[in-house]
Amino acid sequence: MRPGLRQRLTGGGKPGGHRATGGTARAEEQEEIPGTDDGPWGRPPVIEVRSLLKTYGHGDAAVRALGGAPDPVTGVSPGVDLLVEQGDMVAVMGSSGSGKSTLMNILGCLDVPTEGRYLLDGIDVGGLDEHQLSLVRNRKIGFVFQSFNLVPRTPALAQVELPLAYAGVKSAERRRRALAALELVGLADRVGHRPNELSGGQQQRVAVARALVTAPAMLLADEPTGNLDSHSTEEVLAVVDRLNASGRTVVLITHEDEVARHAKRVITLVDGQVVRDVRQAPADGPPPALRDPAGFLSAAPHALTRGGAV
Amino acid sequence: MNPLETLRFAVGGLAANKVRSALTMLGVLIGVAAVIILLAVGNGSSQSVKDSIEKLGTNALTVSSGTGFGGGGAGGGQSSSAATTVKPLTVDDARALADPSSAPHIESVAPEVTSSSQTALYDGASHDVSQVVGTYPAYFKTSNSKVGKGDYFSADDVLNSRKVAVIGSTTATDLFGTANPVGKKIVLGGTPFTVVGVLEAKGGTGFQDPDDVVVAPLPTVQNAFTGFGSVSQILVEATSAGATTQAQNEITTVLMGTHGIKDANALDFRISSQQSLLSTQSDTNKTFTVLLGAVAAISLLVGGIGITNIMLVTVTERTREIGIRKAIGAPRGVILGQFLAESTLLSLIGGGLGVVAGLIGSRFTIVGIKPVIIPESVWGAFAIAVAIGLFFGGYPANRAAALRPIEALRHE
Repeated sequence: MRPGLRQRLTGGGKPGGHRATGGTARAEEQEEIPGTDDGPWGRPPVIEVRSLLKTYGHGDAAVRALGGAPDPVTGVSPGVDLLVEQGDMVAVMGSSGSGKSTLMNILGCLDVPTEGRYLLDGIDVGGLDEHQLSLVRNRKIGFVFQSFNLVPRTPALAQVELPLAYAGVKSAERRRRALAALELVGLADRVGHRPNELSGGQQQRVAVARALVTAPAMLLADEPTGNLDSHSTEEVLAVVDRLNASGRTVVLITHEDEVARHAKRVITLVDGQVVRDVRQAPADGPPPALRDPAGFLSAAPHALTRGGAV
Repeated sequence: MNPLETLRFAVGGLAANKVRSALTMLGVLIGVAAVIILLAVGNGSSQSVKDSIEKLGTNALTVSSGTGFGGGGAGGGQSSSAATTVKPLTVDDARALADPSSAPHIESVAPEVTSSSQTALYDGASHDVSQVVGTYPAYFKTSNSKVGKGDYFSADDVLNSRKVAVIGSTTATDLFGTANPVGKKIVLGGTPFTVVGVLEAKGGTGFQDPDDVVVAPLPTVQNAFTGFGSVSQILVEATSAGATTQAQNEITTVLMGTHGIKDANALDFRISSQQSLLSTQSDTNKTFTVLLGAVAAISLLVGGIGITNIMLVTVTERTREIGIRKAIGAPRGVILGQFLAESTLLSLIGGGLGVVAGLIGSRFTIVGIKPVIIPESVWGAFAIAVAIGLFFGGYPANRAAALRPIEALRHE
């Protein structure tokens, strides 16, 4: 492992200014080593993507999943550039086949880009081996999937403890943090329930608790409400809003306007390229739903479409 | 991840599919139990053969007529031998051997003639005696034959050619049933004999029932059945089990003298000891035991392949779970350890239960053989079973650990 990487990986989340309410993250803040992140140019962005390309197959059969069509003159694809600041809440939108799932897999270190650089919390992920990648996934990323993806036959508490177990946290500490995370998503009374004993919304909230228990640099949610009814959708989004308000960086992949409405910034992908980048609220500060709750509720779900393209 | 947690995950994984885990364990159980029991049966049979040979007396030597060492004995083809004529063994030979000055390591000598298939009659009951032996009283001690009821015949009976007999237990049961044969008269091949004793049952696994026998004084049997002339063999008892080699040398020297043989390589008689019989038997039994062990080892191997099979199914079935675990940061080693722990646990529990089943199964008599457990087989079978779990679980576990998270997560 490169010098400094271990420190960064074990340093936990990078707390923003309004992180005080993030109960599970307090322990992490104390462990942070001062000076490792605040370089001469300030804090690094959580996500920094430069000319990212992803193709499947080779030669003529190659399918370009991300990066857009090559320039007819130079034959070079423009690639995807993306910068996500600390504490931001970004929704990535796009229709099916637009490359948003591919982007999500690469951002989540589940897949590797064909070309381009990806710096996650200041770490160049491209140069990491398999073991280091598993460390990055464990410490830097919290996944929430559309299909919940809980480990079968495992009670909620053990479910949330799992990432901490992989991180080598001691049993008592693990339990304490897992309970705090479950409390945060409002499931303190369901710690002993197995996935098949929980509703979809509850399962997804367990997944959120599992994602945030390691105090990751970002929460990566792939269609988190895709399998949920409107009531459960509201529950889960409310949890995500609260998390972001407490300083956690959130990246949401979605195709629902109703979900994107909650984000501070909406990025739209078409054919593997960013075509629109709309800021709905400043990166610092509460997300739209908490900034003006009454106004947010009264606004029509399609209000988003009025936003101008950048 | 400490080992205890890995173990807990493994137990959870196995408990998720109880029937499947139980059946896989059964495969290993049967393999281990088979190894233990079959090796115990093989060992038990060789023990019982050894016991029955030892019953015949370990310091007994048998001198029989014939040439060569362990070769083709009496018969036509003696071309390779230097002996031109074969002098039969006689009572005089026996008398010469009994001389303590020339053969100090010989305890007793009993010349023996045998006649087979004589019909014994008693009070309407008829029985074909497989062996009629004519000999001296020393025979009983030398051949380790003890009288259970009545008494042995005496040297006086031999000198006077009295028509008395000691009968084997099978012969006694067949002729007299539950009645006491001692003092009764039987007719053996037309000659009346008075039964003076019944031998204790020797039992045995041999081809011939050693208890179906009639033992009578030598001259009486010669007179009635075989005629006076040669004896079929001479039983010699050495002073101790350790003196059999010296006794053997003395017999050779004495008989070379009486038969007028100069060349030690051209003997016309053979001396065989129970020791040589014992080693032949134990060789045969070793082959038998190894064969049984090989069959059992194959079943253990099949059990191991069962583990591989089930673990492959488990890995395929839980591909998605593996993907989830990898997505939340499980390193390769943890996944590998989890599946290896599962397969090892399968073989460990299966092997442990197999040892128990093997130990219980060995307490029963199997096809007339009392199994005798070989302690090494218990440890060996258990250790091999566990090693098989590790080895055969390694491939599926490796496959699980090598799965790419993105593909594992997409798996339906």
